[in-house]
Amino acid sequence: MIRLSWFNVTSLTLGFAFLYLPMLLLIVYSFNESKLVTVWAGFSTKWYGELLTNDAYLDAAWVTIQVAVISSTIATVLGTMAALVLIRAGRFLGRTLFSGMIYAPLVMPEVITGLSLLLLFIGIGLDRGVFTIILAHTTFSMCYVSVVVSARLMSFDKSLEEAALDLGCSPLQAFRLVTLPIIAPSVISGWLLAFTLSLDDLVIASFTAGPSATTLPIKVWSSIRLGVSPEINALSTILIGIVAVGVIVASLISKHTMLRQLADENAAKRG
Amino acid sequence: MRRALLIVVPYLWLLALFLVPFVIVLKIALSDYNLSIPPYSPQYDPSSGWQGLRDMFAAFDFENFVFLTEDDLYWKAYLSSLQIALISTLLSLLVGYPIAYAMARAPEQWRPTLMMLVILPFWTSFLIRVYAWKGILSTEGYLNQLLLGLGAIEQPLTILNTDTAVYIGIVYTYLPFMILPIYAALDKMDGSLLEAAEDLGCSRLSAFWLVTVPLSRNGIIAGSFLVFIPAVGEFVIPALLGGSDTLMIGKVLYEEFFNNRDWPVASAVAVILLLILVIPIVLFQRNQQKQRELDG
Amino acid sequence: MPEKTFEPWNDPTEKPLIEFKGVSKRFGSFTAIDNQTFDIYAKEFFALLGPSGCGKTTMMRMLAGFEAPTEGHILLGGQDMAPIPPNKRQVNMMFQSYALFPHLSVWENIAFGLKRDGKDKATIAARVDAMLKLTRLEKFSQRKPHQISGGQRQRVALARSLAKAPKLLLLDEPLGALDAKLRQETQFELMDIQEKTGTTFVIVTHDQEEAMTVASRVAVMDDGRIVQVDTPDRIYENPNSTYVADFIGDVTILEGRVTPVDGGFDLAFAEDQPAIYAKSSQHLASGQTAYLAIRPEKVSVTPEKPADRRNVIRGKILDIAYLGNLSTYHVALPGGQIIKAQTANTRRLANRPFTWEDEVWLSWTDTAAVLLER
Repeated sequence: MIRLSWFNVTSLTLGFAFLYLPMLLLIVYSFNESKLVTVWAGFSTKWYGELLTNDAYLDAAWVTIQVAVISSTIATVLGTMAALVLIRAGRFLGRTLFSGMIYAPLVMPEVITGLSLLLLFIGIGLDRGVFTIILAHTTFSMCYVSVVVSARLMSFDKSLEEAALDLGCSPLQAFRLVTLPIIAPSVISGWLLAFTLSLDDLVIASFTAGPSATTLPIKVWSSIRLGVSPEINALSTILIGIVAVGVIVASLISKHTMLRQLADENAAKRG
Repeated sequence: MRRALLIVVPYLWLLALFLVPFVIVLKIALSDYNLSIPPYSPQYDPSSGWQGLRDMFAAFDFENFVFLTEDDLYWKAYLSSLQIALISTLLSLLVGYPIAYAMARAPEQWRPTLMMLVILPFWTSFLIRVYAWKGILSTEGYLNQLLLGLGAIEQPLTILNTDTAVYIGIVYTYLPFMILPIYAALDKMDGSLLEAAEDLGCSRLSAFWLVTVPLSRNGIIAGSFLVFIPAVGEFVIPALLGGSDTLMIGKVLYEEFFNNRDWPVASAVAVILLLILVIPIVLFQRNQQKQRELDG
Repeated sequence: MPEKTFEPWNDPTEKPLIEFKGVSKRFGSFTAIDNQTFDIYAKEFFALLGPSGCGKTTMMRMLAGFEAPTEGHILLGGQDMAPIPPNKRQVNMMFQSYALFPHLSVWENIAFGLKRDGKDKATIAARVDAMLKLTRLEKFSQRKPHQISGGQRQRVALARSLAKAPKLLLLDEPLGALDAKLRQETQFELMDIQEKTGTTFVIVTHDQEEAMTVASRVAVMDDGRIVQVDTPDRIYENPNSTYVADFIGDVTILEGRVTPVDGGFDLAFAEDQPAIYAKSSQHLASGQTAYLAIRPEKVSVTPEKPADRRNVIRGKILDIAYLGNLSTYHVALPGGQIIKAQTANTRRLANRPFTWEDEVWLSWTDTAAVLLER
């Protein structure tokens, strides 16, 4: 019999107010008529209009999406491979170094990752631009992917794969037909994580981007350093909206699958 | 053969784009600042072969590191980063523990939703979430408007561009990292342990201190490291919310590199920062390892 | 002078330690315990036995103070327990999961309750050491719960709940997590410790063999009610209902109409079979439906018709369950009813007299079976 005491209700209410109120204010004031962000002067959507006609933002958004899609896709492939190596490959020369390199970027301060990659690109004479940002983002997000996927692989029942081999699959077929479908949800969430990290990244991108490529966070950064602006509020609202819709759709889909599965199981029980 | 390919591809990628860059940082940290392009010496010229390599090593020195200890800007920045990170971690714990506790005590069917609500901010842009506080904390901001309106204060408070704003920013940004491991520990806890404690004579409160807190210890430790480690090297939050006197090493490094173009000193700053972080990272790894052994 | 047997429930001058008075417990619309009144006496080893969901655990949790009765009162030593919270009751509980504190050593676990009482260090140490000795855990005192075996954990849980010398110790399926062999050993150990400490034990279990082994009295529960409270031998030999007869041990139950004869009844259970006679002091009306419960070991199997018995039935062997020391035969009567019979295998298997499809005679004495009204 669990009762929610007043203490628990209060902590949940205050906690979630703290987490969500700032974003809520951001959204509300994006519909503010006034140029002064903190003074309410009536409802208006004009900042959205200005934002959508501002080529600098649109270009930056396009670059960001390109970088995020490409880097998270490569990172998912490499990260899944790395996870398989970590969990399945057994011992090999330099295994400790390998797992160290997988985990280190997760705790490495972004300024250091950015700095070191920049020095590398300068050292080998690579021109900085979209390509270098993709390389940088792939490198750190593959580590996140491999952590997510290896957590799933660790609990994976190996006898399933052995059953596939027993039934005549080649190792590659067994992986493609049995292992991959089962770990697929973790691979997908790995991709989503990599995608979000790439969309979100400011520090590493500002080290590795050249003058030719500006991502959205870099563009946002240069304008918010000076102060708050209603245009940025509008942009934030759009981004928050996209995430919220994405998360709600994802949770509805998973709930739907769960209910479906439950219904199937019940039907099976009735015979 | 296939196994070798599986290992080699991610291995080479990480070697080339993680380890090699880091070796370069180390090399530049040991070099001298120069008004050339790139702005440091010695440079390695592959055509000079063995001898060139030896000359390069001979020219290495710890001058930059010595410089870091002499100029009090740097060691003050390190200390103040650690201090800010530590205070923010404690604040996150104070704010996060009650939330995690209430989540673990909430009815079973609410918990996935509450979890999602904690994780959701993580998916929205970090930059935007920090930026949102600029509007709240500034002198004309929403907080001051509210407090003035309520008559709680006469003069607007100066919070933006102070260390307080940095604390708020870090707590706000990293709170989910604190809540989730503590929640996981509390959620896993066997309810009969609390009943056993009560049965053996504990009051509710003493059962909390003697059983709940020790059993969520690993969650507390994990959460604290997850907040502390990134907070030490944080750049965006002090740059956006902190004042000109807010010293954090991430900011110093960024400015050293982009504004002063002193690559060797920036690299040395990075190397020292990493050495400082090695201690908490190793401790964190140990804690995780121990946790896994207990679970396994 | 003969040794006095321990039967406080038969002594009207004895005051019970625990009294349940019209206790009901409802969770919403579900009734877990339905208006129960019974007593438990000091130094008893009392077993609450029943299938899962019968309310036995709720009964125990009300004694511990984790649940409050919806109606009625529970008295401990004549005092109403309702206003006393679990942490102030002189009742301790051994949890089914053991609920050992994983962050504390064996020693600290056992000392936990004593420390809450604010006892001084020397007293605590002496008491913990005594408990360690009692449960033979001296060697493991500094280990953490995850570093010892299941049987040892069980003993730590027991030592911890006994450390405060409670008036009443509650044991929730205490041996459920142990394997069969260890469970048997531990049953005797439990009885031994109960006797040594003189504590009143109330055990909750779904394992009838365990209840029969350890308990001085067994309460058989069904659906929120106690069906019968009695000593193990009486529960087995004189069940008061087919539910109890069926729950405890193996039994064949025949349904039929009774006619009173010779200080007992004849039971007509099938048209093509002679009536079966059982001695009984029950008051049953002639022609009333009744049930005859007979234990397999009381039924003899013979190849020829025995001359000296009143109850004799012919049947065909359908199944044989060979258990090593015993064999159980399922014998089908022409009408389709099946009667179970058990024989001790005193001879080697090769000499076994019966096999499948053999025609055999079943017989039992007048007093072997029990006649039940429901």
